[in-house]
Amino acid sequence: MTTNRTSLATNVVLAALGILVASTHMAGASDSFMDPQGPIAAVQKTHLLRATALILIAVVPVLVLVPLIALRYRRRKGGNAAYRPDWDFSARLEMLMWGVPVAIVAILSFYLWKTTYRLDPYSAPFGDEPAVQVQVVGLDWKWLFIYPDLGIATVGELGIPTKQQIAMTLTTDTVMQSFMIPALVGQIYAMPGMTTKLHLVADQPEVMQGENTQYNGRGFTKQKFETLAMSPDDFETWVNKVRQGGIVLDAETYKTLAMRTDRDEVQAALGTPEMPDRALYFKLDDGDLFHTILHRYHGGKALTLDQQPGTVAYGQEVDQ
Amino acid sequence: MTSESGFFGRLSWDALPITGLIQDPNANEIVANAAAGIVIVGALAVVGLLTWFRLWGPLWRDWLTSADHKKIGIMYIVFAIVMLARGVLEGVVMRAQQAAGPGDGFLEAEHFAELFSTHGTIMIFFVAVPFVFGVANYVIPLMIGARDVAFPVMNQISLGLTVSSGMMLMVSLVVGEFSTGGWTAYPPYTGAAFNPGVGPDYWIWAIVVSGIGTTLTGINFAVTIYKLRAPGMTFMRLPMYCWTIICSSILIVFAMPPLGVAALLLAADRYLDFHFFTNDLGGNMMNYANLFWLFGHPEVYLLVLPAYGIYSEIFATFSAKRLYGYTSLVIATMSIAVLSFTVWLHHFFTMGQSALINAVFGIATMLIAIPTGVKVYDWMATLWRGRIRFSVPMLYGLAFLMLFVIGGLSGVILANPTIDYQVHNTLFLVAHFHNVLLPGVLFGLLAAYNYWFPKAFGFRLHEGWGRVTVALWTVGFMLTFMPLYFVGLMGMPRRSFSWEDPSFHPYMIVAVIGALVITAALFSVLVQLWVSIRNRDKTRVPVGDPWDARTLEWSIPAPPPPYNFAIIPQVTDRDNFAAAKERGAAYPAPDAYEDIEMPRNTGIGIILCVASGIWMFALVWWIWWLAALMTVVMILAFILWTFDTSTEITIPAEEVQREHEAWLALVRSESAVDRDHETAPKNRGLARPDMEAVT
Repeated sequence: MTTNRTSLATNVVLAALGILVASTHMAGASDSFMDPQGPIAAVQKTHLLRATALILIAVVPVLVLVPLIALRYRRRKGGNAAYRPDWDFSARLEMLMWGVPVAIVAILSFYLWKTTYRLDPYSAPFGDEPAVQVQVVGLDWKWLFIYPDLGIATVGELGIPTKQQIAMTLTTDTVMQSFMIPALVGQIYAMPGMTTKLHLVADQPEVMQGENTQYNGRGFTKQKFETLAMSPDDFETWVNKVRQGGIVLDAETYKTLAMRTDRDEVQAALGTPEMPDRALYFKLDDGDLFHTILHRYHGGKALTLDQQPGTVAYGQEVDQ
Repeated sequence: MTSESGFFGRLSWDALPITGLIQDPNANEIVANAAAGIVIVGALAVVGLLTWFRLWGPLWRDWLTSADHKKIGIMYIVFAIVMLARGVLEGVVMRAQQAAGPGDGFLEAEHFAELFSTHGTIMIFFVAVPFVFGVANYVIPLMIGARDVAFPVMNQISLGLTVSSGMMLMVSLVVGEFSTGGWTAYPPYTGAAFNPGVGPDYWIWAIVVSGIGTTLTGINFAVTIYKLRAPGMTFMRLPMYCWTIICSSILIVFAMPPLGVAALLLAADRYLDFHFFTNDLGGNMMNYANLFWLFGHPEVYLLVLPAYGIYSEIFATFSAKRLYGYTSLVIATMSIAVLSFTVWLHHFFTMGQSALINAVFGIATMLIAIPTGVKVYDWMATLWRGRIRFSVPMLYGLAFLMLFVIGGLSGVILANPTIDYQVHNTLFLVAHFHNVLLPGVLFGLLAAYNYWFPKAFGFRLHEGWGRVTVALWTVGFMLTFMPLYFVGLMGMPRRSFSWEDPSFHPYMIVAVIGALVITAALFSVLVQLWVSIRNRDKTRVPVGDPWDARTLEWSIPAPPPPYNFAIIPQVTDRDNFAAAKERGAAYPAPDAYEDIEMPRNTGIGIILCVASGIWMFALVWWIWWLAALMTVVMILAFILWTFDTSTEITIPAEEVQREHEAWLALVRSESAVDRDHETAPKNRGLARPDMEAVT
């Protein structure tokens, strides 16, 4: 993929990161792009190692030479090291000092440009026809996954079929959040009244943790979910399970869902025996729920606090 | 906005942490009360000691009302070190909280959020900025051969506004709570809808008022270096440190306004029901992110450039050599200053803009690595074929070179949007910016403190304790922050008050041990100071040049007289003092002396400091009458001050002559020491050309 020199350096980096990779494997489920479960995270990891190797060309000489110079030219009586107190310029050295960083940055920029386009979360690199559309809504403190074409929605569990493109559209119904499934794809912000996009593919069946990385209060660290990548057949079974076990996501249920509750609290409020212990299943009532949420912020009127999920007053029937 | 309209606005007894402790005693409340207790006991101790030793008069006459840049510089640094102590302790509590996992630890989420918000705000605005400008205040006029800064009273006002803002963070520990929105205070989380309390308001006013102070400082130093250089000191003869301060001042002047605007727009949202950054009615937090980072990125360079300048001086002095690649370094510094305005978007590659925009800003970010890399290699060339003395400032410099390139490595990695998608908002990012801010900025400032301390106080700091301190900072830094790179790559979000993944555990344990080592390092700084003061009779350097250094500030007594230079020097070389020593023309006896005019003491700075502090407190707690009153007080005080036309005192030529000739007689009577005895009592600040002839 690159020159011999960089692949050698890549090996060095790989060795250095060996302990790290080993320790991520110990965690069981894959939660890091250092143990990628999809093509995007895999390219991200490769790019990290390649960039690290290239930058090390400039860094390693410093790490080696600083101690050597300091030792060689330390002040001592009777030392025979050269001393040039008035030497302060060398044209050749200048060319090297400016040239090497320029060359490294030029090579890095080439790869940066290429990978940034290739991994643009908005582009659909694995075909224009996504197998599954997922609309993601960030709430305090849980993620709601709406499958508009399948008529279902979930919390705490994101089911996806393997080897097929998943197209996500994201927003929040509270403060800004940042959505990430490290083993599959990097993060993208989700913001109220706006949508962002993310495309991903999972290689094989696996359970991967997803999370919010933008601090948003008491339930922040519990705002995690499991991504279940399944074979297409298993995915179909899963969808049916959600349909059968799910309760109807009507306005009242959504209100409960959107309250300031973490995953455990909302599970207690809405969970039924038909659902898993740490996930909520819904059938869609409003097929256009995502846009209803989005349009909350485009009514041209100020929202009172009891209409704004994420505030203490939301759903409390308090007059403002 | 609700309608608390009592005499004390929305302030009540519930604002005191002790109320929480009484209602529900637990570890979280105990930590909160202990912190509040430290602030109160600390304040009482200071008041008590000042009263006991009858120091209120001297404090007022010699310090608080002084317009002397040297005293203002020292006050900045004292303030920065006090705030540093708080910032470090907060860091330790946060590391302890995370090390107490997996699980919930001992702090509540919101308390942890206050800690990371105050830690960041304090370390950037009330440690790094005042420390950087404390050193600049002390050194810059001396370095360029000036008697003060261009606007001495404005300098005093800058200090006053910075200190009053910093005090707001101390007050927020005792009365109410601080923001939980991080040092960046992103809305809508910090908006009135989601955060109706006083926290974000403390943040807003501290940022706005200290921002005004810092902007004034930037103007002051830009003008000082442009206008007050000694005759003959052309731009290309400026010491490298002065160049970095020019660049830093330019950055301040252009970068601070967007921050002030962003904070004031947020205030308009919170106080006046505006909708700049709200969810509804067309508000958009993306505008905030842009404004904030339009300030925030230049900010990190306005902190680190002066550190580069400090290292440049130190590498030259302690290698006993000219600085290598002066022109290159000037170009590199200016390039960094300009480029730093073109990269702000890399703080939110993940906001959903196009690949084109991300790629352009990513490459712009990597471009900064070029001049920065050049600087590192220039410094190495400065060391090369030198005679390196491992004195404390040099040790900081060597630690900086080795560790800073690691921070550069992670910085260039982060410049890649592709990778940033994965490590943004994780502890990898936290590790990166600590990696550039500690070995970069803080080590530089501590090196400066060790380097210029004898100039300021007339005696050297203890070398042994200094070395212990360097070792502790270096080891502490590595133990604390290197593990965070790894947990960051493993996907641990920053600002996590709890976590579950057992594979994080060993890293968290190492990090908290590192945090304790850093605490020891901070303690060691104080021990070094204590030991040095006790032994000061053995380390006095009245002649003023303990390091055989190269720039003008070393050509005058230590400590310098209030007027700095009895005679303004005529500059003929880049390293003017080194060149004079080589020619044997150092310490010339002038033919004639003149009267010197110096700025008279004034109370306007301290008045504005106190009034702006009360003004901020009143705004935070909606005590409108008090805010209005303080507004009037500040405006009136300023107008009245302008009527005072006797702003200068004259130091008669005879007095200058008497003092200067006494010092010259001392210089002639001292025996010069070579570098073997740099740390010995016989080093009285007169340097002898080093060792045998040049090989």
